[in-house]
Amino acid sequence: MIDLLTVDFMQRALIAALLVGTVAPMVGIFLVQRRLSLIGDGMGHVALAGVAIGLVTGAAPVLTALVAAVVAAVVIELLRTRGRTNGDVALAVIFYGGIAGGVVIISKSPDGTPANLMKYLFGSILTTQRSDLYVFAGLAVLIAVTTWALRPRLFAVANDEEYARAVGIPVLPLNIVLAVLTATTVVVAMRVVGLLLISALMIVPNAASQLFARSFSSGLRWAIAFGLVSSVGGVALSYPLDTPSGGTIVLLAVALFVVTAIITSVVARTGSRRHEVAETHAHEHGVECGHPAVTHGDHVDYVHDGHLHAAHEGHYDEHGVHHAHPEPGDARAEPAGTRPGPTTGSRP
Amino acid sequence: MRSARLVPVEPDDADAVVTLRGAAFGYGDRAVLTDVDLTIHSGEIVAIVGPNGSGKSTLMKGVLGLNERVAGTVTLFGVDSNEFHDRARLGYVPQRHTLSASVRATAEEIVATGRLSRIGWLGRLRATDRQIVARSLEVVGLADRAATEVSTLSGGQQRRVLIARALAGQPDVLIMDEPTAGVDAANQHVLADVLARLVERDVTMVIVTHELGALERLLTRIVVIDGGRIRFDGTPQEYAHARDRVHHDHDSHHHDLELDGHRPSLGPGPLDVTHPDGGRP
Repeated sequence: MIDLLTVDFMQRALIAALLVGTVAPMVGIFLVQRRLSLIGDGMGHVALAGVAIGLVTGAAPVLTALVAAVVAAVVIELLRTRGRTNGDVALAVIFYGGIAGGVVIISKSPDGTPANLMKYLFGSILTTQRSDLYVFAGLAVLIAVTTWALRPRLFAVANDEEYARAVGIPVLPLNIVLAVLTATTVVVAMRVVGLLLISALMIVPNAASQLFARSFSSGLRWAIAFGLVSSVGGVALSYPLDTPSGGTIVLLAVALFVVTAIITSVVARTGSRRHEVAETHAHEHGVECGHPAVTHGDHVDYVHDGHLHAAHEGHYDEHGVHHAHPEPGDARAEPAGTRPGPTTGSRP
Repeated sequence: MRSARLVPVEPDDADAVVTLRGAAFGYGDRAVLTDVDLTIHSGEIVAIVGPNGSGKSTLMKGVLGLNERVAGTVTLFGVDSNEFHDRARLGYVPQRHTLSASVRATAEEIVATGRLSRIGWLGRLRATDRQIVARSLEVVGLADRAATEVSTLSGGQQRRVLIARALAGQPDVLIMDEPTAGVDAANQHVLADVLARLVERDVTMVIVTHELGALERLLTRIVVIDGGRIRFDGTPQEYAHARDRVHHDHDSHHHDLELDGHRPSLGPGPLDVTHPDGGRP
């Protein structure tokens, strides 16, 4: 590991991996939420055309790719809102036009070797330039700050677009911002992950975290953790293994997903054996239900016919028989409410 | 012919929440619902009933600005809807059989989105906002499930999460789309209790539904929509009276759903222009 860090290009590739591993899942979770998991893939296609223009004209490929991807992002989002039936087909035209244009233009450039093309498509630890790194760092900070600042609103729009519109949240501007964030992430990731694989780093860590997350915020935190492990790990492994870094990163992310899926299903199977669901009753326990509330460890149970009922997901769990613990010195004056009554789930 | 409401409504009612004048709504210039004159006042609990495809959802979405207004005017809290920007005052509870299952989210996270319309563009939820979110969950009886992942909740509980989300915006009127659809009988009563609690707090409600069911006891007014027009508008007593008359005329079906669900309109009589269903036994 020490000599990995002393190699110049490895340092740059690892820093780029760190940036990508953090921001890609942050943006990706909203794409998963909006069921647009493949849109990042299309933006990668268009970014290739941008790279090609940069190579031919001598401009920095990162900047031309950024311009191409951002323009495509805005057009795509507008098409998705305006065009109803043919939007899908229009996206396909843009995506394939982008990648076809990219391949053809690159072949005409002085650097247009197949090996060079492979690096852009599938990532390489050798290609991150020092100047790229400053641009990537700036863009990554921009993505992270914007996503964090707009997170509640992006969540609201992706969760229920119609409701967001009804209460006056600016839906189209937020969707365009998300599309631009996606395009920018594609560009930040193009060196180490590659334009054909970047979408995977936005989606797969989220797919893994969604297997066990119990809230949006925990899902996001775990996705970033998975993203960091796979991107940094993938770059580190691709050096000794001499493999394309993008492919290595994505395989690592997929491996994490598979391992998580196995662990969560095993845990779910053993967990369901341990918990017992209470009988269903028409009412819900609460302040007004008439069943006394008692504290039971870290939560509140309700005494229902002498049994403890604890809220769990959509039902109540059976938490065993309730033993009334009268106050010391007050053994006889047990409050009437705590005595298990013969009220079989009937409402007071 | 259109309305049974006898008292003419003053055009500049101080307590008018929603006022529609000759309004027609639809999608892309095609009107689904035409010629609507309707004023909903603060404090009213109005049910908008009608069979599927009658235009009742179109009316609701028109008020919310979710579809196109083809003709007429919509006035919200005394302001023309084109100039009305304080949309947080309208608390929308959409019809969702399940909450988003694409990513995990807790009931509290969903309800907190209802608070966003009350805070600035870049603002975050403050302590008071979090209290309002917690209280909204309490009102719908889900305080002990705030941290529960919503897709594990029952259908009725999910519906109440959506009501809490609307309440978190502290709206002046709740507009609900089929709150009882797909909810079993026991949970319908829990839901009706929740709405009764809101009635006690003087929340104005507009409930779009195809069946009155457990909600009937809460209502102060019933509006029947069928075939893209308002067919009846009056108190529950007047509605029961009109319904009895229909039953009397037919002397057969004694079933709410028959009246509200399957027949295209209330039946023959002064409330109806035509009766396409006349051949029925």
